[in-house]
Amino acid sequence: MSSPERPVPPAPPAAVPDELELDEELFEVALTETLDNLAAMRPTEERAPGTQLETTTPFLPVAAPEPPEPLPDPRLTDVDEWGRSEHMRALARTAYGPIYKRWFRAEWEGLEKIPTDGGALLVANHAGAIPSDAPAIMHGIETELERPVYGLADQMFKSLPVVGTLWSRLGGVVAHPDNAYRLLREQDQLVLVFPEGSKGPGKHYRDRYRLRRFGRGGFVEIAMRAGVPIVPIAVVGAEESMPVIFKSNTLAKVTGLPYVPITANMLALGPLGGLAYFPAKFKLKVLDPVNFDVPPDQERYSRSRIMDESENIRERIQAALYEMLRERQSVWFG
Amino acid sequence: MGKRVLITGLSSFWGGLVARALEQDPEVDVLIGLDTREPSVELERTEYVRTDENYSILSRIVQAARIDTIAHTFLIIDSTSERASRMHEINVIGTMNLFAAASAPGSTVRDVVVKSSAYVYGASREDPTWFREETPRTHPPANRMERSIEAVEGYVRDFAEDNPHVNVTLLRFSNVLGPDIVTPISKALELPVVPSLLGYDPRFQFVHEDDVIRSILFVLDQRLPGIYNVAGDGLLPWTEVAKICGKRTFPIVPYGHSLLTVPLRYLVGVELPAEVLALLRYGRGIDNRRLKQAGFEYQYTSAGAVQAFVEALRLRSTVGTTEPTYTYERDVEQFFRHSPAVVRDSDGTPISS
Repeated sequence: MSSPERPVPPAPPAAVPDELELDEELFEVALTETLDNLAAMRPTEERAPGTQLETTTPFLPVAAPEPPEPLPDPRLTDVDEWGRSEHMRALARTAYGPIYKRWFRAEWEGLEKIPTDGGALLVANHAGAIPSDAPAIMHGIETELERPVYGLADQMFKSLPVVGTLWSRLGGVVAHPDNAYRLLREQDQLVLVFPEGSKGPGKHYRDRYRLRRFGRGGFVEIAMRAGVPIVPIAVVGAEESMPVIFKSNTLAKVTGLPYVPITANMLALGPLGGLAYFPAKFKLKVLDPVNFDVPPDQERYSRSRIMDESENIRERIQAALYEMLRERQSVWFG
Repeated sequence: MGKRVLITGLSSFWGGLVARALEQDPEVDVLIGLDTREPSVELERTEYVRTDENYSILSRIVQAARIDTIAHTFLIIDSTSERASRMHEINVIGTMNLFAAASAPGSTVRDVVVKSSAYVYGASREDPTWFREETPRTHPPANRMERSIEAVEGYVRDFAEDNPHVNVTLLRFSNVLGPDIVTPISKALELPVVPSLLGYDPRFQFVHEDDVIRSILFVLDQRLPGIYNVAGDGLLPWTEVAKICGKRTFPIVPYGHSLLTVPLRYLVGVELPAEVLALLRYGRGIDNRRLKQAGFEYQYTSAGAVQAFVEALRLRSTVGTTEPTYTYERDVEQFFRHSPAVVRDSDGTPISS
C-alpha cells in the first residue's frame, strides 16, 4: 500500500480518459503478473514476517483466499502436552533401575493382565510417607511392557517448585477428570491412580495394609465414561519402606501440606531419613481386570453402581493384600 | 445488500488489522471504526469515528448506519498498557454500552463477534491440562484484567440470551505471538535472558497473529454462534519457548515475586502483571478442537508462532522496523473518501495506480 499522496488539484477533465486508459493497461499487467505469481508460488511458506499485508495490492479483489498450508511444528524438546518427557523418563529409569532391582527387589505377579494396547486405568493401594509405590509401578510397567504410564496425583505437586516440574516430566498429571478422560479415551494410555489419595500414605504405621476409603468412586466413573477396564494392583512392601510413626496436624495446617509425618527412617537415619527408604521387599500383584458393561461417554452413571464397583475393587485389593501378607515370611526378604 | 460492519477499537492492534482485512471483502458495503484515538494503520475505505472510551454515541451510530455486524475487538488484555480505571471503562463499560446499543428497539444488528481471551480461565494448580469452552475456571479471578474480562463475557452471555435472533460469537484467544504484536510476554522474550520462576517450567500455548485475524474473519464469514477457543496446537514448556528464541532463562525466586519483578520493570521496562506471573507458575492449555471441527485450519502451531515471532525479531534487529509508519490525517482521509474530485471505480473505491 502506498502512503496517501497530498491531494493534488484535480487534473483538467480532458486528461482524465487518457489516464484512465493508461491505468487499465497497468491494471491488466499487474493482474496477470500477480496471478502468475500466485500460481507459481505458495505464498504462505516463503513469506517474510510482516509482509503479508503489503503484498495484497488494494485494487485486486481478494477472492476467498485458500486456507494457507499449515506450517511445520518446530519443537525442540520431547515434552508432551502433559509435561511428560520420554527422554527424562529414560534417564529416570536408568537411575532408578538399580534401586528397583537391588534395593526393593521388586517382584511382579500377573503382569500379563495389563493390556498391551488401549487405555486402562490402573488402581493400587498407596503407602509410605513419601509413597514409594508409584515410581515402582510406573518403572515396572514401562520396562516390562514398554508403554508409558501416566500417574494421576494431587495438584499439590504442581505447586511445588522443582519437585513439581520433575514430577510432571516423569509422567505426573493433575488428577482432574478431564485429564483422565483425555488420556484414557482419546489417547489410549495407561493411567495409574491411587483412589485413597493422600489418606493412604498419610496413615499411621499401625494401620498398615488397611485400605482407606476409595474417595467418592470418581475413578470408576471415569473408567466407565472412557470405556476402559480397571486393573487393580496390590502392592506389598511400600508400607515398611517408610513407616509413619507420628503426624503433626499443626505443621500440616501451617504448611498447607496434606500431612507432615515423622517417619521411622528419620529416627533411624536423621535428616537423610527424609528421603531414604528402608529396603523392604516389594511384591506387586496384578488382579483380574474389571470391565464395566456400560456405554461410554454418558453424562451420568448410576451412583449406586459406581459405589458398588468401587467398594468391590477395594475389597478385592484388600483381600489380595491379606493373602500376600499371609504368605510373606519376612518384611525384608519376602 | 452487503454487510454493514462496525469495528470497535479501530486504533488498537486488532481493530486496525480486522478493518484492513474486511476492506478486501467485497461483501462488506460499509465499514465504520470507533476509537478514542486516530487509526494507526492506513485504511482504504473504513470510516473512522472518534468516540469517548465508553461509546456514548454508539446507539446513534448503530441506528444511523444501520449496522448489521459488530466486531468487538476492543478489549484490553495487556493490563500493563493502560491504567486500571481506563481498562475498566474500555472493557466493562464499553462492552455494556455496545450491547445496550445493539439491543435497542429497532436494532438491525444480526452478527456480533467478541474477541475475548483465555485469561478468562485463569491459571492455577487445580486446572485441567486443557480447558474446553465449557470448563469453568477453578478459582475466582484475583486480578483486575481477568475480573473485567469475566464481566465482559457476562454481558455477552446476557445479550446472546436476550437476543436469540442475533448470531453471537465469543472467541477466546490464548497468548498471541507474531511479528508485530507487543505483549508483556513478547517483551519478556525480547530480553537477553528470559525471566522465569525458579523451579517452575509450565507449558504455554500460543496463537499466531495471522491465525487470530483469520479466525475472526472465519467466524464472521461462517456466522458461527457460540464460544470458541482459538489457540495453536501443542503446549511447550517455557524453557523451550526461550530455547526457540535462542535464549536462556533467568529464574526469579518464586516467592514474593511481585517485589522481585519491580526491578525488571524499572531497569529494563518489562512489567510482569499478576496474570502473567500465574502463567509462569502454572501455564495453561485451551482445547482448540471445536473451532477446528467447524472447519478452521490453523497455519501455525504453538511452537510455530514462537518461531515466527523470533524470526521477525531477528529481522527487526538487523534492518529496523519493516512497516512504514503512518499518521492519520483527517483532511486527507476525508478527501479520498468523499471528495467528488477523486475518480472511483464501480464499487466506489478510489482508483489508485
